[in-house]
Amino acid sequence: MMHPHDSIIVQTLGRFLIPVVQIFGLYVLFFGQYGPGGGFVGGVILGTGMILSVLIFGHDASRSQLANKVLHVDGVGMLIYAGVGGLCMIGGGEFLNYSNLEIPGLETASRRSLGIVLTQVGVAVDVAVTVVSIVFSLSAEEIAEDSANG
Amino acid sequence: MIVSYEIPLLLLVLVTAGGAILVKDLMSSVLLLGSYSFFLSLAWAWLGAVDVAFVEAVVGAGLATVLFLLTLFGTNPKDTRLRRPPLSLATLIIFPLLGFLLLYAASDLPVYLDPNSPASVHISPTYLEQSYQDTHTPNVVTSVLMDYRSLDTMVETVVIFAAGIACALLLRRDAS
Repeated sequence: MMHPHDSIIVQTLGRFLIPVVQIFGLYVLFFGQYGPGGGFVGGVILGTGMILSVLIFGHDASRSQLANKVLHVDGVGMLIYAGVGGLCMIGGGEFLNYSNLEIPGLETASRRSLGIVLTQVGVAVDVAVTVVSIVFSLSAEEIAEDSANG
Repeated sequence: MIVSYEIPLLLLVLVTAGGAILVKDLMSSVLLLGSYSFFLSLAWAWLGAVDVAFVEAVVGAGLATVLFLLTLFGTNPKDTRLRRPPLSLATLIIFPLLGFLLLYAASDLPVYLDPNSPASVHISPTYLEQSYQDTHTPNVVTSVLMDYRSLDTMVETVVIFAAGIACALLLRRDAS
């Protein structure tokens, strides 16, 4: 189990930094269509914010509840991505051909833009969950080593 | 081309990469690898590949360093002591030969910013011209990744998912 860090500097900086990191992750995720960034980087930044809260405040702190809960949505990002592809097939086109998304009132280019946003959200969820899950797995190894060494 | 900061940048990339291999302590090696990723991301940004630079900075310099450090904290110091056996004769012959072959092949690469290079005449003009009309997405990299080559990106996502699953399978021992 990760213990909370006892330095007041680290804790104060963490309280300040983690919301900024999360907001920046969301910005990168949704700004990926207009500048550098996108689902992968946005997901990694979001996951890094959760890792930071786990490293600073420990597994059990209320600030780390998001990181603990997010493990339950493992695979949901994949489902979002493949689900968008499935919706395209329901709309009568090929798999992942976003111009077949059945949304009334949108022209073809806007449908494809919307499809890009949805799949990027899928990638971001998948990457963030995977990153947090790997860190939890590595610290689980640390727990086992600690108990083995006494 | 103005050579003001490119040469120091490339030298820093080389020095940090060599240092990460040659240094005696694994902790310093990990930190040097992080700084290597950071300098490499600066080099990508200098070449104009801003998206790649972003990924390299976030994943290489940030996340991979954290994962390496967590792994190091979970190991015993005497297991991670670096032993360097002397180089064998085959290594001394094969690797300089390989480097020479790579340098020899590099002379066939197209010139940087050449508009007639094979990569810029095949299909990328079509993407550059039609991406905005097709998808209303100003960033061509995103529209190629997420729309034109969407299936590839989906399988990449599957790979990341599988990596997370494999880590959980290998490293988590209790059923909690």
